[in-house]
Amino acid sequence: MTSEEPFIRWDWIVANLDDIGERTWEHIVMTVIAVAVGFLLSFTLSLLIVRWRRLYAPVIGASGLLYSIPSLGLFALLIPLTGVTLLTAEIALVSYTLLILVRNIVAGFDGVPREVLEAARGMGYGPWQLLWRVQLPLALPTIVAGLRIATVTTVGLVAVTALIGQSNLGSLIIQRGIRASFPTAILVGAFGSVLLGVVADLGFLGLQRLLTPWARARSG
Amino acid sequence: MSSSAAVVTLEHVSKRYGPPGSPEAVSDLSLEIPAGEICVLVGPSGCGKTTTMKMINRLIEPTSGRIAIDGEDVMALPAVELRRRIGYVIQQVGLFPHLTVAENVAVVPSLLRWPEARVRDRVEELLHLVRLEPATYRDRYPAALSGGERQRVGVARALAADPPLMLMDEPFGAVDPILRDRLQNELLRLQAVVRKTIVFVTHDVDEAIKMADRIAILGRGGILAQYDRPDAILAAPASEFVEHFVGADRGLKRLSLGRVRDLPLAQPITARTGESRADLRGRLEAAGAHYALLLDGDDRPIGWIGKRDLSRDGDVDADDATPGSPLLQPESTLRDALSTMLGSSVQLGVVVDEGERMIGVISVDAISDVIRAPAERPS
Repeated sequence: MTSEEPFIRWDWIVANLDDIGERTWEHIVMTVIAVAVGFLLSFTLSLLIVRWRRLYAPVIGASGLLYSIPSLGLFALLIPLTGVTLLTAEIALVSYTLLILVRNIVAGFDGVPREVLEAARGMGYGPWQLLWRVQLPLALPTIVAGLRIATVTTVGLVAVTALIGQSNLGSLIIQRGIRASFPTAILVGAFGSVLLGVVADLGFLGLQRLLTPWARARSG
Repeated sequence: MSSSAAVVTLEHVSKRYGPPGSPEAVSDLSLEIPAGEICVLVGPSGCGKTTTMKMINRLIEPTSGRIAIDGEDVMALPAVELRRRIGYVIQQVGLFPHLTVAENVAVVPSLLRWPEARVRDRVEELLHLVRLEPATYRDRYPAALSGGERQRVGVARALAADPPLMLMDEPFGAVDPILRDRLQNELLRLQAVVRKTIVFVTHDVDEAIKMADRIAILGRGGILAQYDRPDAILAAPASEFVEHFVGADRGLKRLSLGRVRDLPLAQPITARTGESRADLRGRLEAAGAHYALLLDGDDRPIGWIGKRDLSRDGDVDADDATPGSPLLQPESTLRDALSTMLGSSVQLGVVVDEGERMIGVISVDAISDVIRAPAERPS
């Protein structure tokens, strides 16, 4: 880097728009895979916990343990097993979502008022109707809150997977930026990642408002 | 609206929550609840009244014994189907917060897969029935309703599929006394229209007396202490426990069951202005009476005239009469009538119709006779 060179090279950004777009897309795909798989796993685990309460402590304990392993350490542990692959990256990303999601989904189900459940049973809801038509809709705000935290966290962690050769906005930061001492790429990667996080968060917020009009009825 | 109602029969029903040998929550309970009546299960906490009610829709399954609705064993149907045929109202109402008022009311018809148009019509009909204007309330969420409105939606929801039987678990237990009284009156008015069989659980004796066609008083351990009409229980408690439970003021409570119109009215000697005092005195002496009731031209009572007021010559006028006799309406409860009479100077109540015309009189003695009388046995 020479002193005459501007801090941000706008011309580089313009010239590399396609490339930046592709890294962004890869970033989104990795995030979606991690959150979707994490959600399916967590939802299943949560249903089991709601049914068999004794499972709560071991499941939360195990996902808490996973959560506490530094991401680089987890990659290092997984590479001998699954290699430098997308699978390695996703296993790590998914494990980080579990603690947040399981906690929120279970809290959501626990938050359904007892009298609502009793009324539903008394009126002849079967167990599955109770789950889909009563418990799930009422747990939704808490579940979506969990998804928001998990997604924003994952967006940040996806960038780290560039260290094990994954291509995304993180590769702009690491390969094109740090290794080449090129601040523009670092800024583009970091800013892009933050922007994705914010957009995802707002997206979920909008989705929640759309799905739970009743939660705002108090003012009406 | 159909007026179907079911007979509910409990035969030797027992429930034990613990292992064999542990105490029973409900013990060898047999009851027959006639169709179209409100049967109130009442008793101290731990008497098994809620357990008994929940065994009818199988939220709790009996340990032994048989429960039948219109002769059909409740165990013969899958529990979920059975419950869809039974209305259910609980104390905290339990409306679904994520559904609108209309959707809440439509819950059971939807579970029964009624066609949409029929569900919509039914919702309108029910909202009218519980006096919630559909246009105003249909699309509101429960969070935007007052406590009384929620309770009404709860009742409409329980009635939605026109069940022949409704179970109500302390439905008015969580509302303030003024609202409770209003909701009780509304339920009685509604019941006069729909004529369902209603099993109603409460721990409040006064509520039981007010609501019940029949009261089942349960003692600790779910033993049936007495099962009879409210008047009969108040007149002749079957045991010391029942006597204690209904309270020392059971005589007065009995009076709240009776109305002024139920008593034979006495006809007093009446007088009108313009009659000569001597004539009136003669009539009183002939009848062996001491007082006459002075009426105006429209038969409205003015006051009482005693024999001593008639010693002068001339005609009776309004100044001869002593006002102060309480006016009673035929639909007043005897309890209210007694209270009014004790609070006035003349302890003889004048019963008047809606035009305030005198139709008869009743005495404090006539009312206290009611307290002492044995219960009437309706055929």
